[in-house]
Amino acid sequence: MSAILECRALTKKFGSVTALNNIDLTLERGKIVGLLGPNGSGKTTLIKLINGLLVPTAGNLYISGMPPGAETKKIVSYLPERTYLPDWLKVSQAIDFFKDFYEDFDVNKAYDMLKRLNLDPNKRLKTLSKGTKEKIQLILVMSRNADLYCLDEPIGGVDPAARDYILNTIITNYNDNATVIISTHLIADIENILDEAIFIKEGSLYLHSTVDDIREKEGKSIDSLFREVFKC
Amino acid sequence: MQWDLNSEKPVYLQLVEQIQAGIISGKYRPGDKLPSVREMAAQAMVNPNTMQRAMSELEREGLVYANRTAGRFITSDEELIKQLKKRYISQIISEFLEKMEQLGLNHDEIISLIDEISKNKGI
Repeated sequence: MSAILECRALTKKFGSVTALNNIDLTLERGKIVGLLGPNGSGKTTLIKLINGLLVPTAGNLYISGMPPGAETKKIVSYLPERTYLPDWLKVSQAIDFFKDFYEDFDVNKAYDMLKRLNLDPNKRLKTLSKGTKEKIQLILVMSRNADLYCLDEPIGGVDPAARDYILNTIITNYNDNATVIISTHLIADIENILDEAIFIKEGSLYLHSTVDDIREKEGKSIDSLFREVFKC
Repeated sequence: MQWDLNSEKPVYLQLVEQIQAGIISGKYRPGDKLPSVREMAAQAMVNPNTMQRAMSELEREGLVYANRTAGRFITSDEELIKQLKKRYISQIISEFLEKMEQLGLNHDEIISLIDEISKNKGI
C-alpha cells in the first residue's frame, strides 16, 4: 500500500515570504506523528496544503497517491486551529451535519465520546466555553474512520484532565491503516504518544525521525531537543 | 499499575524497566496474563507501537511469552525472575556506590552509615 503522505520539493510562498521551502517528506500508515516547530515555522501551512486549502507554489504532494482534491477529502479528517461551526448549532445538529457530509462518520462513536466527557448534545455551541467547543470539534474529527487525521493544535485550549482523555482517544481510536499528524508546541504533553517527530524550522524540514531513535542518539527527550534547536 | 515516564531515556526502555520492576516486586505474578498491548498503551498513555516494542524486548528476555490465541503472559520460570531480581538490585547498589564514592566515602564508612540509617528507619 502506498505511503499516506508524500511531499516532493514542496514549496509555498506568500508573495516574497517563503512559508515552506523544498520539503521532501514521506509518512507511512499506522503512525502518530508530531509536527513540531515554533510559531510561524510553517506547520499550519503544511496542514492546509494537505487539506487542499492552499495550493503549492512549487513541488507536489500526494495523499495515498492522489493529489489533494475531492477524493482525498474523503479520507482526510482535519481539525483546524479555529472553530468554523456556526454558533447557533446544537451539538447534536453538528453531529448530524458531519454525518451528512462524511460517509466514514461514526455517530455512535461521537455520542460515546460526548458521554465520556459529560457533554450535553442538546446545548447550543454558543453557550459552551472555548475549551468545551474545542472538545466537540475534536470529537467530530476523531469520530470519522479516516486514513489521515490532521490535528492542528488539538490540545491548546483544554484542561489537563481533558487533555489526557483526548490523547487517550487518539491512541485508542486510530487504526493500523491510519496516520495521525498532530501539530503543537506542547511537546512534553504529547511526546510519549508519538511514533515520529518532525521539526520544521523557518519553513524547512530540520528533522524527521522516530521518537525513540532521537532519545537513543541524543540522550534527550524531544522536548529538550526542541528547546535546544529552537533556542531564542 | 502506575507509570512514570519522565526520563529522557527511550520510552520503550522505560516501559521495559517498569514492567521488570513490577515482576520483581510481585505486582505481576508468574503466569499472570497481561492486558492487550492497546489497553496497556492507553493505560500508560504511550503509543501502541512503543508498547509493542517493549513487549518484544521482554519476550526476547524470556520474561514475557506470547500464546498465539490466549494473549501474553508473565513467565512462570521463577529462576529467571530470581536472576532478574539479582541483576536489578546489583544495578541499584552499583549506582548508589558510585555516588558515595564521588562524595569521597570509603567502604567502611558506607557500611557503617547504612547500618546507622537503616536502624534509625527501623529496617
